[in-house]
Amino acid sequence: MIYFDNVSKLYNDGRSIAIEGITFQIEPKEFVSIVGHSGAGKSTILKMIIAESKPTSGQIFFESLDVNKIPRSRLPQYRRKIGTVFQDFKLLINKTAYENIAFAMEANGRTDDEIAENVPQALALVDLTDKAWNFPDELSGGEKQRVAIARAIVNQPDIIIADEPTGNLDPIATYEVVQILRKINDLGTTVVMTTHNKGVIDELGRRVITMDGGRIIRDDVSGKYVL
Amino acid sequence: MRAGFVGFWRNAYVSLASIFVITIALFVIGSTMMIDKLLVVSLEQLQAKVDINVYFVTTAKQDDIDALRTSLEALPDVALVTYTSREEALSKYRARYQSDTVAMQALDELKENPLGATIAIQAKEVSQYENIASFLDEQKAGEEPQNPIISKINYADKKESINKLQNIIDAVERGSYISQIVLIVAAIMITFNTIRLAIYTAREEISIMRLVGAGNMFIRGPFMLQGLMYGFIAGVMALLILYPILLWLGPITGVFFGFNIFDYFVGNFSSIFGTLIGIGMALGLVSSVLAVARYLRV
Repeated sequence: MIYFDNVSKLYNDGRSIAIEGITFQIEPKEFVSIVGHSGAGKSTILKMIIAESKPTSGQIFFESLDVNKIPRSRLPQYRRKIGTVFQDFKLLINKTAYENIAFAMEANGRTDDEIAENVPQALALVDLTDKAWNFPDELSGGEKQRVAIARAIVNQPDIIIADEPTGNLDPIATYEVVQILRKINDLGTTVVMTTHNKGVIDELGRRVITMDGGRIIRDDVSGKYVL
Repeated sequence: MRAGFVGFWRNAYVSLASIFVITIALFVIGSTMMIDKLLVVSLEQLQAKVDINVYFVTTAKQDDIDALRTSLEALPDVALVTYTSREEALSKYRARYQSDTVAMQALDELKENPLGATIAIQAKEVSQYENIASFLDEQKAGEEPQNPIISKINYADKKESINKLQNIIDAVERGSYISQIVLIVAAIMITFNTIRLAIYTAREEISIMRLVGAGNMFIRGPFMLQGLMYGFIAGVMALLILYPILLWLGPITGVFFGFNIFDYFVGNFSSIFGTLIGIGMALGLVSSVLAVARYLRV
């Protein structure tokens, strides 16, 4: 469903390379982890999938859609197909957990009835029903990330993009978040995640793309974290 | 809609700062409007004091005078023609020199009324006196020599002061235009920057909105509403500040310019209200749209 064709991204007129000659494909319902050191180009790949960053050369396809040819006015519609989760959660601090999730639905133009129906379901999926009316400041890191995941899935996207979702979390919270992502994947949503965490990768036992210096150096169907 | 109102309250401090700045901008614009009005009024009064007088010979026929008067009134440049007949001129003269016995005696010595009729002409614009004067000169030149009508046209005497007045009017109008433009541009720039700061604090929120796939209008809407609210409130505040100041200035301008600015303010309240609030809302809206546009770029 996602296809990178010889994609490169250069900064400063080519003097620094973010990624170089990347070609890979992600199938529907896959759970793909992208690993590598800081600066290996993991986040650049995710930014390109959500069309926040454009490649210097090469093409990126989402199904049959050339991501870089989407006109700016159509980008919001495109991004609604993708749920995003970040290391720093990116929750709106002046909204409760419930409102943060509802907000994503409002932004997509859903009706109040749909919101009232789907938000509690999403909260239940991440096991936060009892924290619905807490503000982000009143939640732990793991809980915040679960709210962010609930927000990412509430519009039933085709794919979840998670950039270091466990980067700021303790081991127990990390385990919970990974279990939720796995559950979402089992329910049929494609998941692409970047991580540093060896334990997470080894425990998942799913496809692993290993990057170094902007290139893919390894792509294992059932991978371990090797660097 | 709801998000706009909520945002307004949650960022109370920033909102206050924005409203304050727009209020000052509108106050400056409002004051300029008032000062401009005062200038226009005092210039109009000055203009009204300027005229051209045509003195007729005492033997001029009433028909000829009436004919000239009618043709003058038909000129597009002429605002007002005041006719003073020989008899009226005489009685005015008598009234003025009542206490001057020598003058009275001299007048009584003469069997006939020595004064000719006069016409005073006021132009709509000071610059039009030149045209009227040349029209009168043509009339005088076209007279039959044995039957003169006009004895004297005093434009030449007044020419210098009329020109001077014209220059003053031009300079004042140009100056007030320039100062208005400068003030308004400054007000717009300050407002724009303040609102940009206000929205800068919301940039994280905007980036999150974009990530969850919010459309541009969905993101912009609340900020636009906030901008409109800022403008409206600032407009009301600016009027509330102008009111007591003009109330105080009203009698002073009444004495000084013969024109009470406060009465003008009250008399034209709805149009001043509409103008200030309109400008305020437009300022707020445009600033918001421009400021948000920065963060909507990918």
